[in-house]
Formats: sequence, structure tokens, C-alpha cells
Amino acid sequence: MPARPHRNVLPGFGLSLGFTLAYLGVIVLIPLVALFARAAGLSWHDFLAAVWSPRVVASYELTFGASFLAALFNVPFGVMLAWVLVRYEFPGRKVVDALVDLPFALPTAVAGIALTAIYAKNGWFGQWLEPLGIKVAYTSLGVWVALTFIGLPFVVRTVQPVLEELEPELEEAAATLGATRGQAFRRIILPALRPAILTGFALAFARAVGEYGSVIFIAGNRPMHTEITPLLIVTKLEQYDYRGATALAAVMLLGSFGLLLLVQLVQRHYARPGRA
Amino acid sequence: MSIEVRNVSKHFGAFTALGGVSLKVETGRLTALLGPSGSGKTTLLRIIAGLEFPDPAADPGAGQVLFHGEDVSQVSAGKRGVGFVFQHYALFKHMTVAENIAFGLTVRPRRLRPARPEIARRVNELLRLVQLEKLGGRLPDQLSGGQRQRVALARALAMEPKVLLLDEPFGALDAQVRKEMRSWLRSLHERLHVTTVFVTHDQEEALELADEVVVMNRAKIEQVGTPQEVYDRPVSPFVIEFLGNVNRLAAGSGKLRPPDADVLYVRPHDVDLQRGPGSTHSLRARVLHVFSAGSYGRVTLERLDNGEHFEAEVARDRLRELDLQQGEEVAAMFRHVRLFPRGQFYEADVRDGRLTEASSDAAPTHGAGEHI
Repeated sequence: MPARPHRNVLPGFGLSLGFTLAYLGVIVLIPLVALFARAAGLSWHDFLAAVWSPRVVASYELTFGASFLAALFNVPFGVMLAWVLVRYEFPGRKVVDALVDLPFALPTAVAGIALTAIYAKNGWFGQWLEPLGIKVAYTSLGVWVALTFIGLPFVVRTVQPVLEELEPELEEAAATLGATRGQAFRRIILPALRPAILTGFALAFARAVGEYGSVIFIAGNRPMHTEITPLLIVTKLEQYDYRGATALAAVMLLGSFGLLLLVQLVQRHYARPGRA
Repeated sequence: MSIEVRNVSKHFGAFTALGGVSLKVETGRLTALLGPSGSGKTTLLRIIAGLEFPDPAADPGAGQVLFHGEDVSQVSAGKRGVGFVFQHYALFKHMTVAENIAFGLTVRPRRLRPARPEIARRVNELLRLVQLEKLGGRLPDQLSGGQRQRVALARALAMEPKVLLLDEPFGALDAQVRKEMRSWLRSLHERLHVTTVFVTHDQEEALELADEVVVMNRAKIEQVGTPQEVYDRPVSPFVIEFLGNVNRLAAGSGKLRPPDADVLYVRPHDVDLQRGPGSTHSLRARVLHVFSAGSYGRVTLERLDNGEHFEAEVARDRLRELDLQQGEEVAAMFRHVRLFPRGQFYEADVRDGRLTEASSDAAPTHGAGEHI
């Protein structure tokens, strides 16, 4: 049979790649370019003034800091939740499984209002926390609570399928070799889950950085204290300061991109041979 | 270390995986658990390993696993000192070959853990033993099936187990590698003399490799014996049908009229073919096919009296001499026939037309009680 050179078993490479690139371009890249183009309309001095005023810097700290801590917090609890859902049969498992997706599905404003109601001074939790000196609503702690809430499904849903695929023989092998349950978890299960955990963390983090709806209700939005960057952007837009808004957006974009890239590098690091 | 299993049962829901099984494995033996899938052989192996626990038994002494006379039924897998090789090896993918092998040593409590150089020395020794000296730095994904298998074995051996258990050790390998691994495992066993039990559904593997074969069927042990015993003196229709090729023929019709048996078994190599009318004690049969490729010729025949098909294995020289044609009628004579009348075991010889009951000492001494 005369074989054509460069023949690929998987058909349609050119077509599908072309379509994918065009699609990505229209949906993702062009809007982003437009963003930078808008921001580029500012002079360097104005740009710096827009993106590096103390109030804005405080909002970066809160947004990225709270997002990072929320995603970090979601890792152990998300893994535990996934573990429970995968490993055990119990009545109501399906319901719990469905509940995990709720933060995905809920309009974020609804989540924000609900959380505020609970953590406010006279709310269900707030009335007990307040006497202990813990204020959640209208503080940066509240921001963190909201971001934790919306980030949880990302960790659970990335870890869950990997955990389901994990062969039980691996743990049995570890057990016959004399490893305790803890050793088997630390040295066998956790490394197998690591890529999924990192992905879940990155997704939860990225989502949290861009979160707006649920945060603004619980945050109180006091400048320098509980004001997140997305809110600043919206404020600027309301004042018809489009350039200032795009400048802020560009900085956020770079910040998020940098962090996602960092996660990728960590992944790469662990994927190298001999990295136990 | 000897292994003893006493009247162990295991149920998974309504399914009976083991129904009161007892077994003794002597120190240093290489034993095969042989049976079709679902016969309970893997469950038995896992119970010996401590990966599965027997159903609680009412009477004392039942449902026990003993190592060297000591009850280990409640001891966890990690404390039994058993090396277990999984069917799909269960290698730790994120660890190198050397790290996999060292795992059992590195998880020991600090006071029992060998020093690093000592661990490295042990790992190298084991890599040499399984002939993978150069591959210590590879990841399991970069190895072939046979190599992975040997890594799994080395990992199990690293903790110097008293008992080595292998679940379908060659199941995932292709035919060529499987043969090599078989003789390699045999020679390894001869060197180490660790009490070894392996599970297989491949009768050839069991007969070729093991000192002792445990034939299992439907949650019970059918027969225990040396490969020769189980092949030459099977105690039940199941064993004779499972081990090697056998013709199952209706008895009581034509000239073969044994007492009390409806079915007789003849190994293909116990069938003799002759041209012409044959003696009064032979069966008339028609030649359907002749396969002459291989170390012996195989002839498929059809009985003239009832149309049953059966096979004969004939030496190649003899086959050439006979020069059988398709459709030709021949006389078939059986050198040895096996009958299981009313559940009894005896051997019969019809060469002179008589069925002679074999002396009772021909029966294996340790069959499986009511199941014979």
C-alpha cells in the first residue's frame, strides 16, 4: 500500500487546530488584547497612579491574599470531602455529592447575602462569634469566608475522579510492605493526588481572584480595609473612568496569569522522574 | 515457614468465595492454587496475606490461618511478614524502581530501619537478583511488563518475607515472556527457598512450576497433590477436565460398558488408532481432521455408534505410518480410561477389553472429602 508521508492516524488535525485557535482568539484573546489596548491609552504616569495608589495596593493585597488563603484552606478540606465521597458508602451520599456543586450553581449574590445573614452580628454564627471577639461580616475574614465558599467545589471535583481511579492495590501493597495507614496516605496516595490537588488549588484561586458578587455583600467594602480589586474596577466604571478600570484589570490579569504559571511550574517540577 | 488454613469460609454478600477450606503448605514448598475464575483461589491467597479476613466461625479452631503453628488470623498484613506480588504489580508510579524496592525498608519505625547506605546496598543486591541492575533510576512506566513484574517481586523480597504470595504472577505477560519468567521464578525459588504460594488459572503453569498443586473449584478444594498426582490420578471429573486435555465420552453404549458409570474419560495420548476392523474391544470411528503441525499429531474423530467427537494424539512417526485420510474409518483403542462411578475413584484398563478396578492405593491420599 502506498503510504503518504506525514500521515496521521488521528484525522482532522489541521481543521480542529485551526478552529480551536480561531475560537480561543475570538472568545479569550481578542477581549484581552482590547483590554490591554485600552489600558495602553494611559500615559505611564497616569497608569502608575491608577494601579499603584495605596488604596489600590491594599485591594490587591486583600484580593490575592484572601484568594490564596481561601484556596489553600480548601485543599485539605476539599481532599477530605472527596475522600469521604469516594471511599465510603453512607445514606445521603448522593445528596452530599450534589451539595458540593451548589457554590457553582448559586448566583454569587445569593451566596453573599446568605453568608452575610449568617455571620452578621445577630446571625446564626455571628451571635456566638461576636462575644469571642471574632468579627466575620464586614471584615477581611468575611472576604475569606466567601472565597472559601465559592472555591470548595473546584478542589473536590478535580480530586474526586483521580481518587476514584486510584487502584486499591496500591494501598494494599503499601500495607503488605509494612506501611501504616498514615505512611500509605502520605507516601502513596498524596503523591498520586498531587497534580489534581494543584489543579484544584489553581482553579479555586483563579475563581476567587475574579469573584465579585458574593464578596461585596459580606465585605463591607471599606476602602483600605475590605475593598477588593474587582469592586474598585466596578467603581471606576461607574465613574466612567474606563481607562483606569482597564488598567486595574490588566494588572489583575497579569497577577493571575503569573500565579497560574507558577502552579504549572510546580506541576512540572513534580512530574520530573525521581521526584518522590 | 509453614502455612496452615483451618476450615476457612468467606462470603461477599450472598456470594460464597470460600466454603470451609483447609490447607497445609509445608516450609519451602512452591505451591500453586489452580482453578477457574471465581473458584476462590485469589480470596484464599488474600486471606493468607491478611488482605482479607475469614468469616467469623462459631466453633474454635475454624476460620484460622496459622504460620508455623501460630494463629495469625487477627494479625494485620503488614505484621505477618508476607511478600505479596499483585497481578498488576501495583508499583508506585511516582517512585523510581530503586525507591519502590526500598519502600518496605523505609517505612519501618526508626529504630528498626536500616541506615541509608544499608538500604542502598540491599536495593542493589535485589536489583542484581532480579537482573535489573541498570534500571534502578527508571520509573515503572518506563519498564516492560516482565521488568515491572520483577520489580514487584524485588519489592516484596526486600523485607525478607517468610512467605511469598503471588497473585496470577504471569497473567499480564505475553506468552513468550511468560515462559521465560516461569523458569526464572523456579530457579529463584530454588535459590531462596521461601515458602511460596501462587495463584493461577493456567494448568500448564501450575503443573510445570509447582511442587504441589491445589486444585480449586466453586469455593472448595478439589484435590491437593504433586503435579503428577493431580494429572495422573485426578479424584473428580472436574480435576480431570481442568487439567490437560481429555475426552469425555458416554459410557454404557457400544462395547464400553463399565459398571455404574455413564461417563468415561480418556486422555488423547491414551488413544491408539489402527487401520482395519480392529479388535472386538475397539471403537469404530471416522477421521474428521488431522493436524500434523506440532510435536505430535492430533486427530479429531467421530464415534460411529453415537456420533460423539473425540481427539487422539499420535506420535508423528506413527501418524506418517498410518497416513490417515479424512472420512476414513479406523479402530480406536483406549489404553487408559478413567471413570467416576457413583463418585468413586478408580482406574480402568480396557486394552484387553476388561475394565479392571485400580487398587485403592492408586487414589491420592488427600482428596477433598465429600467432594470426590
